[in-house]
Amino acid sequence: MPLTAPITEIEKLKSHPALATLLEWNSSVVQAVKFDRDELTIWVEKDAIREAGAILRDARDCPFNYLCDVTAVDWYPLEPRFEVVYHLLSIPTKERVRLKTRLDGSSPALESVTSVWPSANFYEREVFDLFGVRFTGHPNLKRIMMPDDWEGHPLRKDYPVEGYR
Amino acid sequence: MPQLPATLAEPGQDGTLILNMGPQHPSTHGVLRVVLEIEGETIVRLRPEIGYLHTGIEKTCEAKFYQQVVPLTDRIDYLCPMTNNLCYCLAVEKLLGLEIPPKAQWMRVLMNELTRINSHLVWLGTHAMDIGAMTVLLYCFREREEVLRFYEMVSGQRMMSSYFRIGGLALEPPLGFFEKVKKFADGFPSKVDEYENLLTGNPIFMMRTKGIARLSAEDAIALGACGPTLRGSGVDIDLRRDSPYTGYENFKFNVPVRTEGDVFARYVCRVQELRESIAIVQQALAGMPEGPIKADAPKVVLPDREKMETQMEALIYHFKIITEGFAVPEGEVYQAVESPRGEMGYYIVSDGTAKPYRVHMRGPSFANLQTVAKMCEGQLIADVVAAIGSIDIVLGDCDR
Repeated sequence: MPLTAPITEIEKLKSHPALATLLEWNSSVVQAVKFDRDELTIWVEKDAIREAGAILRDARDCPFNYLCDVTAVDWYPLEPRFEVVYHLLSIPTKERVRLKTRLDGSSPALESVTSVWPSANFYEREVFDLFGVRFTGHPNLKRIMMPDDWEGHPLRKDYPVEGYR
Repeated sequence: MPQLPATLAEPGQDGTLILNMGPQHPSTHGVLRVVLEIEGETIVRLRPEIGYLHTGIEKTCEAKFYQQVVPLTDRIDYLCPMTNNLCYCLAVEKLLGLEIPPKAQWMRVLMNELTRINSHLVWLGTHAMDIGAMTVLLYCFREREEVLRFYEMVSGQRMMSSYFRIGGLALEPPLGFFEKVKKFADGFPSKVDEYENLLTGNPIFMMRTKGIARLSAEDAIALGACGPTLRGSGVDIDLRRDSPYTGYENFKFNVPVRTEGDVFARYVCRVQELRESIAIVQQALAGMPEGPIKADAPKVVLPDREKMETQMEALIYHFKIITEGFAVPEGEVYQAVESPRGEMGYYIVSDGTAKPYRVHMRGPSFANLQTVAKMCEGQLIADVVAAIGSIDIVLGDCDR
């Protein structure tokens, strides 16, 4: 399908259930939105991510009850350096939405969503392991892919592809 | 709300014992290590330990051109290479806004369903062997060999096929290919009957699977289960039907769902899927359209050999794609497909250059593994093997 210009105005996207739910709850947590290539992205205030998740999960019409994935993107050397990305799916309506939060590079940390979606347990451990983003309130925040005594976080952009020699 | 156990108790505390299983255990399907806290024969807690097969594919992708990532994707979930190829290619095509010709789409569906059969046959054979039925493995590998021959026919490779490329397919299917697939597809349902004769209704198999490792629908959703593990717990979701990609909307098939949520329910779902897949293969063969197998995008798709030898322009494009790759417009996509194990997703971020800025794979095995701890609580040690087998784990997909 040919590309069209992304839509970034909140007004035009209000009809999407995820955005409507968040705006109805607290419009100040929505920092920005983008509708590009048939996918909706919502940037959410960093401190509100857990509550926003809980609101979306419990929404009456379109509950986003399934967390597909949590990952991060490193925009080094730009600041805010990290973006943590959540992909949500609503099993009853099959709607999808992507939530994002921006984090500073100095000591990236945000609240864990394991209390909202228990499946976030492994995903957040992976992000912690490979990006060094800390999740407060996570029940078992340990490395998952790399050995426990590994130094550095391999998926950061300042980590060489061949590793340190 | 179910939660994974945070930490295991110290050995000896509350009279429990810590037992280590794996990473070199024949029933863990690779290098999965499971730490069990047991009281007598009963599991109190279970903790999976992974990472033994972590190869940093996501990091490697960032240093490659878009077209060079395709062979890497084969190696993630090595039992369904074509599904990985498909998911990655669809994601990049979505970023590029490419239109894929119908024949390529139908071939993708055909090969994708053969891949599902291939993967399910390996699962069926090994899962049955784990719980004591040796014979089924030999039967399953007999048919799997035929599927691998189809792989070899189209791509020249039995396992790491890299047959789907960005913009279409690598090669035209060879002469006589469709006839051979047709012959296989006609005979396959009776082969599934053979497997079912050996397992479904077999009293030993039933005792090892019925009521074992139960998972309720709420727990399955909360813990992130996907694919047949989720459908075995009564959640009716299949991405091929619910958000069709690569022309699945043209095919008619049923989605098997069971509500029991035990090992047997997952077994029944997968065996039914074998029958549904072969029905899709038949439909794809019957309606295979004519036409090109690659999109008309000379800057992205490599030209045919013949054109390259006769036309200057084609040669230039070929040289440019190989040496500098092709730029992909800025943006990000998350493409999900239904792999044999569940929702496989590729999240690709492009910064407008010829190399992906970030590629993330959402592995269905990684997601399904989290449910094992919940399934095994209160079960016997011997049932852990059945539970691990029933989620059809592939460690390459889990560790990436």
